[in-house]
Amino acid sequence: MSVVTQLSPDGKKLTISVKGRFDFAKHQEFRKSYERPGTEVPPSSIVVDLKEATYLDSSALGMLLLLRDHAGGDDSDIRVVNSSSDVKKILAISNFDKLFDIS
Amino acid sequence: MITVQSAPESLTILIAEDSAADRMLLSSIVRRQGHQVLTAANGAEAVDVFRQQRPQLVLMDAMMPVMDGFAAAAQIKALAGETLVPIIFLTSLSENQALARCLEVGGDDFLAKPYNQVILAAKIKAMDRLRRLQATVVQQRDQIARHHEYLLNEQRVAKAVFDKVAHSGCLNAPNIRYLQSPYALFNGDLLLAAFTPAGDMHVLLGDFTGHGLPAAVGAMPLAEVFYGMTAKGYGLAETLREMNAKLKRILPVDMFCCATMLCLSFQNRSLEVWNGGMPDGYLHSIASGERTPLTARHLPLGVLSPQTFDDRTEVFPMALGDRVFLLSDGVIDTCDADEQLFGVQRLQQVFAANRQPDTLFEDIEQALRDFRGEARDDVSMVEVSLLEPAHANPPVPVYSDSGQSCPLDWSASFEFRAATLKRFNPLPYLLHLLQEVHGLRAQSGALYSVLAELYSNALEHGVLGLDSSLKRDVAGFTRYYQQRNARLDELKEGYVRVHLQVTPEGEGGCLAIGVEDSGKGFDVGQVLERPVDPGRLSGRGVNLVRQLGRNASWSDDGRSARVEFYWKALA
Repeated sequence: MSVVTQLSPDGKKLTISVKGRFDFAKHQEFRKSYERPGTEVPPSSIVVDLKEATYLDSSALGMLLLLRDHAGGDDSDIRVVNSSSDVKKILAISNFDKLFDIS
Repeated sequence: MITVQSAPESLTILIAEDSAADRMLLSSIVRRQGHQVLTAANGAEAVDVFRQQRPQLVLMDAMMPVMDGFAAAAQIKALAGETLVPIIFLTSLSENQALARCLEVGGDDFLAKPYNQVILAAKIKAMDRLRRLQATVVQQRDQIARHHEYLLNEQRVAKAVFDKVAHSGCLNAPNIRYLQSPYALFNGDLLLAAFTPAGDMHVLLGDFTGHGLPAAVGAMPLAEVFYGMTAKGYGLAETLREMNAKLKRILPVDMFCCATMLCLSFQNRSLEVWNGGMPDGYLHSIASGERTPLTARHLPLGVLSPQTFDDRTEVFPMALGDRVFLLSDGVIDTCDADEQLFGVQRLQQVFAANRQPDTLFEDIEQALRDFRGEARDDVSMVEVSLLEPAHANPPVPVYSDSGQSCPLDWSASFEFRAATLKRFNPLPYLLHLLQEVHGLRAQSGALYSVLAELYSNALEHGVLGLDSSLKRDVAGFTRYYQQRNARLDELKEGYVRVHLQVTPEGEGGCLAIGVEDSGKGFDVGQVLERPVDPGRLSGRGVNLVRQLGRNASWSDDGRSARVEFYWKALA
């Protein structure tokens, strides 16, 4: 599995970890990861862990926008963590730090 | 779509057997199993029957007179072509060599005499499965090939339509060089360029998310807004707001367009830039050799709502011959065999090594080939240089109306107040109104330049109180536009008034333009006495107005400007 999800014990925080190239091939898996988190109540905060993501293309940025939309758009609480320097550069060029909390 | 079924179905089976007794025995067995039977007494007959009746499966005796089973099998296979017609050899042969030969000539299986009914039924069934599988594969292959051809054709048509839209602009202007793969559109890359009515040039390099047709569909509305609004005289901010709103409305959430949009002003020798999500572009000063990065400050188009979209631009001074270079992410995202990115640093090494500015594209392509071994097909680059206004050749607008209802004797006054000045650009409306006067159309470029100059002077120096001497050097130039944005944001009061008066004079006529502002005014005498120095970054506006219009004058301590345009009888 290249997209792994983990729900905190209280069900409030969903962590989605992406491994390898984060591109269109991960579309289905990534979508499933947040559409069926395994709880009745949707988690209030989402963490996207990119520690093991090697590359990110524009369709991955599109997937992040879909996730944001699903989680409530401007009211969503999404953090993107552990991005490598290459991935960080891509996020910076797109100015995605204006939409996501990136660290 | 056909699926492979396991339910036994009645087949037409050809039995080729020279012994009449064996033929009858086998026929009755096969009939009892529910199949139609055709018979042949030798290989030649078998080939004839096959040619005429196309049975689905053949039971073939190996040893027969006239033509043996081996030769017949080869001919039947050739006749069957892509359709699988299984051939089961009936044989009393027992040496391995002979059995192997049955399969070599195209047989699919063999059955030893005497016949075992159960085995025969099972083999027919197995062969039928294989036959259907082959039929399904062939059918699906043909379907895919057909779809592929449709798709290629659709792409050809879409490209032809799109090329008309995309190339109605001025990409062939002498100061633009670009490099795009012929199918760049289907990689989501888009390059647009057009002149504004004042003779400035707008350029947009965009990159839609994704590939193929989905990436190409968004390009149409974007191009339409770009050309439409540029031709009407809208600036970058309004055009970008409109493009963003349109894409946001029509694109799915995960689709957007990274874009850099430029306005090159040949008159003002300045560059205005908005970059949302594209790699750094570069402003190359030929004199100093320096390359100023044009960095992405914004989210791509189509992501933010119209309310939160940020249309703030940056302005840089340019000198004659300076170049602006933009590129798509295909360049810096090119990977080598080890998934290493080409990256910005390698690009800058190419810049540093480049001796001939005109061979920059070739140098970059060569560097990409050296890095990767082969060039990617989604690399887009464009370079725009600053020319003398006279060399830029903006096209003469074409009008299609008859002129019968041309208004020739009227005046109108407008007052634009603070809240309007913040976000609204009245110039396109004013120009549109004035273009109803046919006699003015020949001078619409000059007219627009003068209107734009008077309006921005009234707004920036008058209402906002900005000091034009700030623009004396490059750093001050940037500071000037930062202050302009900040003061405009905070603007609470003030106005710009525009008076237009059109009067007929004989067969021709006259337009008088008056522009007033609520600012502190300026020392008219001192500004008008200054010698004209085309190298200076500041103070070009007043000279421009005096050169392009007639009887330019300033009154009320510089708070009120007036200029006239005349035309003669229309040919």
